[in-house]
Amino acid sequence: LLCRNLSSELKKSIDEKVLKNDIVLFMKGTPNEPQCGFSRAVVQIFDAQGVDLRKIKAFNVLENEELRNGIKEYSNWPTVPQVYIKGEFVGGCDIMLNMHQSGELEDLLVKEGLIS
Amino acid sequence: MATVTKESLERTLQEKFEAKHVEVVDTSGGCGNSFEVVIVSSMFEGKSILQRHRLVNEACKLEIAQLHAFSQKNYTPSQWTNLQQKDKA
Repeated sequence: LLCRNLSSELKKSIDEKVLKNDIVLFMKGTPNEPQCGFSRAVVQIFDAQGVDLRKIKAFNVLENEELRNGIKEYSNWPTVPQVYIKGEFVGGCDIMLNMHQSGELEDLLVKEGLIS
Repeated sequence: MATVTKESLERTLQEKFEAKHVEVVDTSGGCGNSFEVVIVSSMFEGKSILQRHRLVNEACKLEIAQLHAFSQKNYTPSQWTNLQQKDKA
C-alpha cells in the first residue's frame, strides 16, 4: 500500500507559498507565539540577524494536519521547522543555528537583499 | 515498530556512517522521544551542511519519523580534531 501525504493540489499550493515569498517558515505556532523551542529558535535567529519579522511568511503546521505531513514529503525533510529563502530550501533549526554562528546566514541574507 | 533507544540509534549511526565517533544524548527527560546526536565520519567529507543532514535524515528515516525532536551535528574527522583542540585550549 502506497501512502502519500502530498496531493498534487497541496504540492502546488506549497510551490506558490515558497516562490511568492522571500522568506517562508513552516513552524509550530506563530512567530509571536511559537509552540516549540525549535521553531522559537529559528524566529529568534532571524530577529538576531536584523530581519524585519514582517518579511517572514510563516505557516503554522499545527493548524493544518495536511500541511504538517505534506511539507515533510515536499522538502524531503523529516522535521519542522523548515526555512525557505527565495524559493530555496535552507534547512531546519540545526542548520540555521550553524549558519548563524558561522556567518553564512548573514552572507545569504545580505546577498538576497533581506538585510543590509 | 520497535521503539527508538539511545543504544539503537548509536548502533544505526555507527554502522551506516562507519563513524569514528558517535554521541547520542537523550534530551527527552525520559520519554525517549527526543535525541541530540554528534556524528564524526569521513563520509561527510566534501559535503555541505544540508547534504550531511540529508544523509543522516535518510539513514535514520524510520527512527526520526517516530521522534518528537532530532538534532544533529555532523563533522569530518579533521573538523572534529580541530574542535577538540579548541576545547582544550
